[in-house]
Amino acid sequence: MFGLDKKDTSMLIIVAILTLFAPFILNPFPTESAMAQFNAGYPDLMQRFVIFGIFAIGFNILFGLTGYLSFGHAAFLGVGSYSAVWMFKLIGMNVIPAIMLSVIVAGLFALLIGFVSLRRSGIYFSILTLAFAQMSFNLAYSVLTPITNGETGLQLTLEDPRVLGVSATADGSIPVTNLFGLEMRSTFELALGPWAFQFNAGYYLCALIMLAAFYLAIRIFRSPFGMMLRAVKSNQQRMNYTGLNTRPYTLAAFVISGMYAGLAGGLMASMDPLAGAERMQWTASGEVVLMTILGGAGTLIGPVLGAGFIKYFENIFSKINDNVLHTWFSFLPDGMEDAVVFIIHPFIGKGWHLTLGILFMLVVIFLPGGLVEGGQRIKGWLSRRKAKDSGKAAGETNPAE
Amino acid sequence: MGILEVKDVGKRFGGLQALSNVNLSVQENSVHAIIGPNGAGKSTLLNCLVGKLIPDTGSVMFDGQSVLGRAPYEINQMGISRVFQTPEIFGDLTVLENMMIPCFAKRDGAFELNALSAVLRQKDILQKAEHMLEEMNMADKRHMHAAAMSRGDKRRLEIGMCLSQEPRLLLLDEPTAGMARADTNNTIDLLKQISDERDITIAIIEHDMHVVFSLANRITVLAQGTPLVEDDPQNIRGNPKVREAYLGESA
Amino acid sequence: MDAILLQILNGLDKGSAYALIALGLTLIFGTLGVVNFAHGALFMIGAFCAVTLQRILNLSFELVDETQKDFLGNPLKVKTPYVEAWFGPDIGGSIIDWAVPLAILFAIPIMIGVGYVMERGLIKHFYKRPHADQILVTFGLAIVLQEVVKYFYGANPIQTPAPDALNGVVNLGAAIGMDIVYPVWRVVYFFFAVLIIGGIFSFLQFTTFGMVVRAGMADRETVGLLGINIDRRFTIMFGIAAAVAGLAGVMYTPINSPNYHMGMDFLVLSFVVVVVGGMGSLPGAVLAGFLLGVLESFASMNEIKSLIPGIDQIIIYVVAIIILLTRPRGLMGRKGVMED
Repeated sequence: MFGLDKKDTSMLIIVAILTLFAPFILNPFPTESAMAQFNAGYPDLMQRFVIFGIFAIGFNILFGLTGYLSFGHAAFLGVGSYSAVWMFKLIGMNVIPAIMLSVIVAGLFALLIGFVSLRRSGIYFSILTLAFAQMSFNLAYSVLTPITNGETGLQLTLEDPRVLGVSATADGSIPVTNLFGLEMRSTFELALGPWAFQFNAGYYLCALIMLAAFYLAIRIFRSPFGMMLRAVKSNQQRMNYTGLNTRPYTLAAFVISGMYAGLAGGLMASMDPLAGAERMQWTASGEVVLMTILGGAGTLIGPVLGAGFIKYFENIFSKINDNVLHTWFSFLPDGMEDAVVFIIHPFIGKGWHLTLGILFMLVVIFLPGGLVEGGQRIKGWLSRRKAKDSGKAAGETNPAE
Repeated sequence: MGILEVKDVGKRFGGLQALSNVNLSVQENSVHAIIGPNGAGKSTLLNCLVGKLIPDTGSVMFDGQSVLGRAPYEINQMGISRVFQTPEIFGDLTVLENMMIPCFAKRDGAFELNALSAVLRQKDILQKAEHMLEEMNMADKRHMHAAAMSRGDKRRLEIGMCLSQEPRLLLLDEPTAGMARADTNNTIDLLKQISDERDITIAIIEHDMHVVFSLANRITVLAQGTPLVEDDPQNIRGNPKVREAYLGESA
Repeated sequence: MDAILLQILNGLDKGSAYALIALGLTLIFGTLGVVNFAHGALFMIGAFCAVTLQRILNLSFELVDETQKDFLGNPLKVKTPYVEAWFGPDIGGSIIDWAVPLAILFAIPIMIGVGYVMERGLIKHFYKRPHADQILVTFGLAIVLQEVVKYFYGANPIQTPAPDALNGVVNLGAAIGMDIVYPVWRVVYFFFAVLIIGGIFSFLQFTTFGMVVRAGMADRETVGLLGINIDRRFTIMFGIAAAVAGLAGVMYTPINSPNYHMGMDFLVLSFVVVVVGGMGSLPGAVLAGFLLGVLESFASMNEIKSLIPGIDQIIIYVVAIIILLTRPRGLMGRKGVMED
């Protein structure tokens, strides 16, 4: 189906079901229950899942396939956000032109940076992209203040022209982003017994776009172009002596992944129309690297998993505090309870980055293939055990015969 | 007029004159061996032919066109394929994929943004790659990771990859270096078969006399960066100058 | 003229910090072949060594002093640092005052220890892994170290003043009839950096150890074949590189109050410095460090900023990009370093 083989089609369908039913799946706990704080089915967080999913899917096309480790992809995300907000300021609040412009501008920007950075490979490339990203951050933060509004970030105002829309609504407020009239913030709430599920227009727009982006990524992975990119990673020397010019291949991959990042940035601004320089900082680039590696670089599903994993636990970990821990471990004797809480304390709440750093190191050291490799290992282990068990069972029954 | 004409090529690295006044003519459909003691400049010469190095002086013409200043991939597209001393293959890809890549390079050129069609739908490429794998006797390994193969198989694969491009000139850089006797003999047989069955010119850089005299019908002896003599194998065997420069040393 | 000299001086102290960090980075590149993204964190840990020592020296006990009353007439509680109680207020007070320079002695063993543990415990296992993995694992380590420091010391910058005697300004131009007023501590920092750089170079140049390390940088396998235990020496080298970064951090605290993310901030620039200098070239790292420091301070002159607004923010990156494109191996780089 869709020009994919059976395995890829079923993966796409599973991802589609998971994203479309996410408001249910991510809200397993009744609203009033103590566990409700671990629900993740509210619009803001779900939007982040899929937007960062897009970002990571795109990053993976570059890093996972060609092995070129860019530390500057947040720059494209930031450029995408700025472009989208400018579209909202100048043209109107429809998200389609905004998203289109973010993808185009990010693509052009990636073409420029990629053209320069890809003249070198290996760690030189990483450092060049790092330098470009940091330069873009500095530009956005202070130099290009007329375009980016510097430290404060770019926001909508009542004075914006919005030639195809209105500068202010009838009640004198700033209009909201919409898709041909469907407001991105509009949310339908469904109460089912003690549960409450939220269906947000913005989320579903992002989710559909992510599915399209994911589908496109599958096509790229399975195409001759994708195979060439893997060949670049494997042996550039052989590429060159097989009559293939590696530079346009890597540049195309760089631009495509930059456009994915721009798309993510544009969606981010469409959900919440502001853009700030901090989105371009190199630590933000580091985050997408983390997502991709954690999920499994070079695999299709890995980056989506990684993005979801990091954003979910970022949200949960930030919510846990000492009181929550005390209720969890109240079954322990008092002294031990305090000790356990004391030990866990640095890793929760604001300590999420610490947990993330440790997790990241553990993954790189022990599980370079990320969660996907972990899953495969468990699967392999289980099937081996099963084989052994059935072998044993067979062995036991044999004498009886 | 040979298919490959090297005229007055010189190359200097700092204080070392690696090549000087190299003249060489490789005739179409011949197997031409370039031999010489270590440090004679064989590898430097080879690198000048494939675009890795640019000679300081002289010219290198392939089929009437200069190769100087062209990138390796352009020279390959002109019809020169190179086999490396240690097999250079795509270790992370499967054997079949390894074989498909040169087929794509032959069909689509140096770059093609073919990002939306599935590899599995490229029937012509698949067919060609499968055919070549069969010819190389490695069809049963098609789904193996190339890196997991033995050295002899990697060599076979690399030669097969070069052949699937239908090159007019196949350059081999010590193709049997570090191989056991049996593997060496297999490789010799393979190369013999290739030169017999195909419309192809082979230039081979080799250290091993057994390989050279089993294959070549023309030999150039290189010593200290300059061709000493170019002749038929039987004349080379009897040439006292060659014995002194090369064979004498190993005898 | 005065203004130009002042800018050069301004650039030198920042350049010193770049040069010291880049020197350590290059030592690690050159000897171990490892790309260490945690090197900035070592700089930061050094700075927090100074903070820690300052806090230790300021540990106090409280006494109720009946002779002094607060405005309500209650006896005043007076805090006295232990150091002052033990050594008397004069000596004790100056010990506290000199906390930052004293922290050098405190930091050297700590930094060497940190470096040793890092190399043996983590980096060692990554020699044979791809550079991307090295970057990633050290990047993870940098996050962890920075978060640990944040946990213990908080997110706000911590003031760590230089000793009073070195806290003022000095007119460096007096001797040549010019007026160049400059903070004393920055002068101290520059000479300190020169001293360390000189020390490292003479150590590599004149000792047997250094000779082996240099040989190892040029050709690791051959030296290994000679039966010299190059791995152990490289471990020590890592410790030294860590110490250099740490000392750069210790001495930098009075110039910039340390905070937990200072390492990351310096890391990016230090990498740029290393690349501009030429990967694997020690003199290149030092030269590029000072050069970029001075360039940066020139670019922040008002005359230049009015010509090209914002140039001070991006000059280093622009220069780095131009150099990498025109001289791919950097100013003094050798062929074949990290080029796979």
